[in-house]
Amino acid sequence: MGLTGKFEANYVTLKLDQAVNWARKGSLWPMVFGLACCAIEMIAAVASRYDMDRFGAGIFRGSPRQSDLLIVSGTVCRRMAPVIRKVYDQMPEPRYVIAMGSCATSGNFYDTYSVVQGVDRFVPVDIYVPGCPPTPEALLEGLMQLQKQIMKKKVFVKRDEITESTLKDSA
Amino acid sequence: MKPFRIPEGMENGENHVLAQKICRCFPEAYLGATLFRGDLSVHIQREEIVSICRLLRDDADLDFDYPVHITSVDYMGEAERFEVVYEFFSIREKRQIRLKTRVPEDDCCIDSVTGIWQGANYLEREVYDMMGIRFTNHPDLQRILLPDDYDEGYPLRKNFPMQGRGWRDSFDFPH
Amino acid sequence: MAVEVTPEEKPKEENSLPLLRKEELLLNLGPQHPSTHGVLKVIVTLEGEKVVKSEPVLGFLHRGVEKLAESVTYNQFIPHTDRLDYVCAMYNNFAYVRAVEKLLDITVPWRTEYLRTIVAEVQRIIGHLFWLGTQALDIGAMTVFFFTFRDREDLLDLFTELCGARLTTSWYRVGGVERDFTQKFVDDLSKFLVTFDEKIDEYDTLLINNRIWLARTKNIAVISGEDAVAFGLSGPTLRGSGVDYDLRKVSPYGAYDHVEWTVPLGTKGDTYDRYWIRMEEMKESAKIIKQCLAQLPSGPFKADIPQVVAPPKEQVFTDMDSMIYQFKLYTQGFKAPKGDIYCGTEAHKGELGFYIVSQGEGKPYRLKIRAPSFVHMGAFDFMAKGYMIADIITIFGTYDIVMGECDR
Repeated sequence: MGLTGKFEANYVTLKLDQAVNWARKGSLWPMVFGLACCAIEMIAAVASRYDMDRFGAGIFRGSPRQSDLLIVSGTVCRRMAPVIRKVYDQMPEPRYVIAMGSCATSGNFYDTYSVVQGVDRFVPVDIYVPGCPPTPEALLEGLMQLQKQIMKKKVFVKRDEITESTLKDSA
Repeated sequence: MKPFRIPEGMENGENHVLAQKICRCFPEAYLGATLFRGDLSVHIQREEIVSICRLLRDDADLDFDYPVHITSVDYMGEAERFEVVYEFFSIREKRQIRLKTRVPEDDCCIDSVTGIWQGANYLEREVYDMMGIRFTNHPDLQRILLPDDYDEGYPLRKNFPMQGRGWRDSFDFPH
Repeated sequence: MAVEVTPEEKPKEENSLPLLRKEELLLNLGPQHPSTHGVLKVIVTLEGEKVVKSEPVLGFLHRGVEKLAESVTYNQFIPHTDRLDYVCAMYNNFAYVRAVEKLLDITVPWRTEYLRTIVAEVQRIIGHLFWLGTQALDIGAMTVFFFTFRDREDLLDLFTELCGARLTTSWYRVGGVERDFTQKFVDDLSKFLVTFDEKIDEYDTLLINNRIWLARTKNIAVISGEDAVAFGLSGPTLRGSGVDYDLRKVSPYGAYDHVEWTVPLGTKGDTYDRYWIRMEEMKESAKIIKQCLAQLPSGPFKADIPQVVAPPKEQVFTDMDSMIYQFKLYTQGFKAPKGDIYCGTEAHKGELGFYIVSQGEGKPYRLKIRAPSFVHMGAFDFMAKGYMIADIITIFGTYDIVMGECDR
């Protein structure tokens, strides 16, 4: 930016978008929502060695109304689908979804009568983390990718610029 | 009623002390016994299942106090299609017994043994849910793993398709 | 999920005082709840804070594994067993391969028995550490969780060294194991065992004098030995009631009858006894591993049965017969004889058994999994009756329930 370096020390110039996005990405509060095997690795990612708190996503909330991030960690069974959708609907905007592991991504080898073949059939997904189950490192990588994505979002737009796509983008 | 035949590869278990005891107490319900890898299986008629189970638990020599599992096998195409399998263990005597009984498809029910072992409740509900065998006198016979309003049939039957009949892809909630 | 309050019936005005309201509350707990250990739903009927009736609603993780088993070969089912009780994958593998070996009537070399026993006991320690951490977390003691996970990570590193995976290991094979121990594995495991007893004491210092822990575990969810047997409970949940039933002693397998160890038994059958048993079992497991490491015989780690066990890779590339065996094994799988067997194994939750019906083909005709978590849930209503609503969480915990295995 043109203003960089024109002020004294202790001043930072940046776009308002960036400031808001920076704040958002640094305090992602995930929802406590363990479904299956991946939940164990999600717990490990919070626990002693991996400590997800370093990336601002360590405060797991029990209520969807207090959280921004839904980590779908495990096999999505058809019986569980309405519950996941309800939890997603209860989360306030902006909200993000990580599909953790092959089951949440595509159903894995559970091609059976009761398993939904990927959570993206009824919930929009931002990041897919591969693995069965993904190691905590993989989950952290997915989280960092999500943070990168958040930084690209447009929060403030001029009134005459508002189109369908910007609305979607700012959400 | 077909006479009982020992399947190939299995030993005849009619000389086993447990099989003889059941044969002595319930001669008309006893069909035969097999031994395979040391496991004793006694084949019986389904009408006497509750009295035989009561004998197994209450008789001081037998003392089968521990219900291991209750399950069912679908032999599609045979006259009596389903086989209900009960496995019990005696903690004091350290021995097992397996009871097998056949249930035809058109009269798909058998008496419940919940009154003898309380743990049979969930095991029988699972058999009902997965194979569709009704247990008469069961206190709470309803589906356990699948939802109550599931109407595609019974998944573990051999004619049920692996991918189901469309339930997993139909979402009745707004999305 | 939302809390539903439905007044069952209005109090009759003539019999009751105007301020005294007697209503039954219907509380829906789960399937999304931080401490239901997965996706379990319980509908609890309450009278004040007392539980009158509780009805577990299972099946939110029903993946149809038993149906799936009928379409895969015996070897292909091993990875599915990992995901049954995902905290304790090695033991599930062990239980399954033992069942298939019983069906095939094969024995494995001595070294394999020892390798299997060592890894199974490491897995038992991991399972109990996980249980201790989450149970304490549910009750409100958070520090224990961080302590146990610290040590669990050390053991998972060993698994990574052994087979490359942390949770879904698939290390056991029918007729052997996937690969032998490395020297690093043995060294790291011995190093871990040196300090492990102190670590158990460390957890004890956090809990054994903790008044909240004692108040919430002592005399909670008491079940008598007779009832526990009638319900088919197993593992620490059964032994907490003083019933001496441990399959490792009753029908020894692996190397369990070649080492010295004892089965800890509870007296009262409450949650505290079951906690104490798990702590003691961890010490016993450490003892078993130490002895097994000391006695570890040399020899092959796979049985020499080429129809069932894949021959070594070097041999496949040089020897025609081995190549044919390998090809047949990986394309069609081995054929099991006609018959049916049940084989139970003492996993850290309880008796994990497989009932396999074979029609003489390469795939099981019917495979039934006797999952301890499922059987334990059958006793839930019985054990929760009369206790407070907050104890519901403790009772989930005391079974060490894992839904993957419960719902299958």
